[in-house]
Amino acid sequence: MNLLFDFDVNKETKTINITREFAAGLDLVWDAFTKPEILALWHAPKPFTLYTKEMNFSEGGRWLYTMISPGASIDSNSRYSMVEYLKINPKTYYSSRNTFTDENGNSTSSAFSITTNSFKEGDGKTTVYIEKKFEDLAVLEMMASNGFIEGTAAGFANLEEYLSTITTSK
Amino acid sequence: MPVYLQPIGFLYNITFMRRDIFQAIADPTRRAILVLVAVHAMTPNAIAEHFDITRQSISKHLRILNECDLLTQKQDGREIYYELKIDKMKEIDNWLEQFRKIMEQQFQQLDEVLLILKNKEK
Repeated sequence: MNLLFDFDVNKETKTINITREFAAGLDLVWDAFTKPEILALWHAPKPFTLYTKEMNFSEGGRWLYTMISPGASIDSNSRYSMVEYLKINPKTYYSSRNTFTDENGNSTSSAFSITTNSFKEGDGKTTVYIEKKFEDLAVLEMMASNGFIEGTAAGFANLEEYLSTITTSK
Repeated sequence: MPVYLQPIGFLYNITFMRRDIFQAIADPTRRAILVLVAVHAMTPNAIAEHFDITRQSISKHLRILNECDLLTQKQDGREIYYELKIDKMKEIDNWLEQFRKIMEQQFQQLDEVLLILKNKEK
C-alpha cells in the first residue's frame, strides 16, 4: 500500500507540518501515539532505544523520555525530552509543549515547541497531521543541536550501508 | 551531490570540507565514540568504559577526531569533556533534512508495529 508522507517546513512561520497515512484503524493509531508500551516499539529511530521514565497521558500530565544509543547506558548526564500534554480530545487530537530536560523533568533550556497531532480515519486508513510550531529561530537552533543526536544515529546507520557498498564494489 | 550520497548528506559535506575526515570516521571505534559524545559530553575515562581497549588508544582516537574538527573540548574543573562539534546555525537545514528522515524511519517502524497489532486483533 502506498502511504502518503508529507513534510513541509515554513521558516517564516517557524512551523513544520507533517502528514502521514497509516494502514490501520483510528483506535490502533491513536493508541500507538498515546500508550507508552506501544511508543516503546517504534518511537526511537533504530539503533536507538526508547526509555520512558514516566508517562501520564492526560491534560496537565507529562511524558519524560530519553533515547539510548547502542552500547550506552542511562546516567545522570542523559538528556531527556519532556512532552507536557495541554489539550486532549480522544481520538481526534492532542496538543503538547515539548522541551529538553534533565532526568527529573527540569528544563535545561527555556526553548520549546508546541505540537498538535490530529487524527482522521477514512478508507481503512488513518491520517495523522502533525504541526510543530517553534517559538523563534533560536529554538530551531537549539532543536538542531539536540536533534542532531538522532540525526547522527540515523546518519551512521546509512553510513554503514554506504561503506559496505563501496567496499564490495572495489 | 551524487544521489547515492544523499542519505549521508551532512557527512558528505564535512567529508569534503576536510580531506581526512572520511578516514577518521571509517574506523568503527571512532564512529562509536562520535555516537557516544553526540548524546552528551563525556570525559575520556567515561568514554573508555564503553570499550574493551586501553585508555591510551582511546586518547589516540580522540586526538584524531579532534584534529578533524569533529569534537569540542570543555574544561570543567580538572576534567576535560569531549562533545560532538556542531556549527549550529549551519546545521539547521541539515537538521531539518535529518529530522524528516527520522520521522520517515519512525513511521516505517510504526507501520510494522501496526501490522503486528492488527494481526493480533484477528
